[in-house]
Amino acid sequence: MIDRDTVLHVARLARLELSEEEVERLTIELGGVLEHIETISGLDLDGVPPTSHVIDVTGALRADEPEPCLPRERALESAPEVLDDGFAVPSPQA
Amino acid sequence: MTDLVDLTAAQAAAAIGRRELAARELFECYRDRAAADELNAFTWVAQEPPQAGDGPLGGVPLAVKDLFCTAGVPSQSGSRILEGYRPPYTATAVERLARAGAPLLAKTNQDEFAMGSSTENSGFGPTLNPWDRTRVPGGSSGGSAAAVAAGLAPWAIGTDTGGSIRQPAALCGIVGLKPTYGAVSRYGMIAFASSLDQAGPLTRDVSDAALLLMQMIGARDPRDATSLDYPGSVSLPTQTDLRGIRLGVPTELSGDGIEPGVLGAFEASLELARQLGASVERCQLPHATHALAAYYVLAPAEASSNLARFDGVRYGLRAQGATDLLDMYTRTRHDGFGAEVKRRIMLGTYALSSGYYEAYYGRAQRVRTLIARDFAATFERFDFVVTPTAPGVAFELGAKTADPYAMYLNDICTVPASLAGIPAISIPNGMAAPPGGGKSLPVGLQLIGPAFSEDRLLSVAFALEQALGFDGSAARR
Repeated sequence: MIDRDTVLHVARLARLELSEEEVERLTIELGGVLEHIETISGLDLDGVPPTSHVIDVTGALRADEPEPCLPRERALESAPEVLDDGFAVPSPQA
Repeated sequence: MTDLVDLTAAQAAAAIGRRELAARELFECYRDRAAADELNAFTWVAQEPPQAGDGPLGGVPLAVKDLFCTAGVPSQSGSRILEGYRPPYTATAVERLARAGAPLLAKTNQDEFAMGSSTENSGFGPTLNPWDRTRVPGGSSGGSAAAVAAGLAPWAIGTDTGGSIRQPAALCGIVGLKPTYGAVSRYGMIAFASSLDQAGPLTRDVSDAALLLMQMIGARDPRDATSLDYPGSVSLPTQTDLRGIRLGVPTELSGDGIEPGVLGAFEASLELARQLGASVERCQLPHATHALAAYYVLAPAEASSNLARFDGVRYGLRAQGATDLLDMYTRTRHDGFGAEVKRRIMLGTYALSSGYYEAYYGRAQRVRTLIARDFAATFERFDFVVTPTAPGVAFELGAKTADPYAMYLNDICTVPASLAGIPAISIPNGMAAPPGGGKSLPVGLQLIGPAFSEDRLLSVAFALEQALGFDGSAARR
């Protein structure tokens, strides 16, 4: 039901590198789980609205007032690499 | 020192209040026990008692699931991709409890990003069940559950997305409460599935759970747009009978797929509830059998989106030697995520991908509506719904790791309330032998109530708990 090409396509979408062994295993496992999930495809859902949030919330937005935010040095504290007060990432040009 | 461990958290707080016990002495007792832990329940243990508020919780220290951000203290959500990460801020729930007098004792082990039902998916090794160390403690809050059951922490908090507080509480013989969605702020919880995640207490008894919950709810948190002003309040339960309480037993969740020992303990407790004055009748949740399928679309879909942030740029692991940005992303995620997390990211990404969105995510959201409606209809005739918490007792390490769906079936009784966003509690319901025979292990009883019914839910749980008289001391040696 799920083939190898689909697994590779989805992995690209998910920005996930997979080893050859993982591709093979996930092809089998995802197919198995989706088979169970397919049981909801038989339900009559015409006219049933979707639920994304279970409890009614009104006025969830706060007032837009400036507040102190995280200082730059604290935000950068856990960064794997820092350059010029920012997050550094690998670049082919570097 | 062992007599200190015999005190419940409420009793310890009262003793501190009467100045019969020093908070520092209690902290040191538990710190030493936690540091000598042989169950791998912890990912970090405090050295010195942190500053705590002079609040009603008396200074009784708290174990906190790894996924709660705690400023300056490792917060890794059980994942190697966040190994050693020390966040710059603290989760609202943890901050509130510290202010109320429950300072941080330790961080507890969990399934990676809360994805699992056994704590075997932790990047830091599995936690063992204190009742039988060859078995799992349940999950994903398995470290919190094992720590409380073994007397390595007076009390703990965890999170529940599809059963991650209730199921480990059941498998470890303690109390676990998942509050109404929105009752407790999610700010600072490393997200798994945002429309389902909810923090709650894991405690030795119902009174301890009520004490913690009281401090976790309240005014809405401006930092979590889905948190709510809690309508009403929660008090310490005192009820000892169940007169006038109508309990519904859903046929869909109390027969097929439940181990005979668990079912036997469940039926005995229904009889006990009758003796306490409750009416107990069968009811129907016709769509509950589809809850697991809907959950395993919705939760992985939300997870695949939430976990996009782990890309090696701002914190956590970064794979070395990448040639460009995309290469760095994909290799970091390959190296940092465990097998179950990869599986769910793949499942969720597939369900949300072009051409499949409506067939999976759209349909699952509609099934969610039907499940919420089933509960609403049931609560017109019943005060609470009762089920076993988990379909079986604690299973052996490795028994379900080869088949993802066999592991997912652990959540069959807990997922429906999660999808409906309503509160549910698991209390110890005696012991039962595993299917193949052998030493008896704890069983859990689940009570599910309407939104914001926590106070009444705790009262009924308390009355049953008193009548059941569960003794968990054997696990605390």
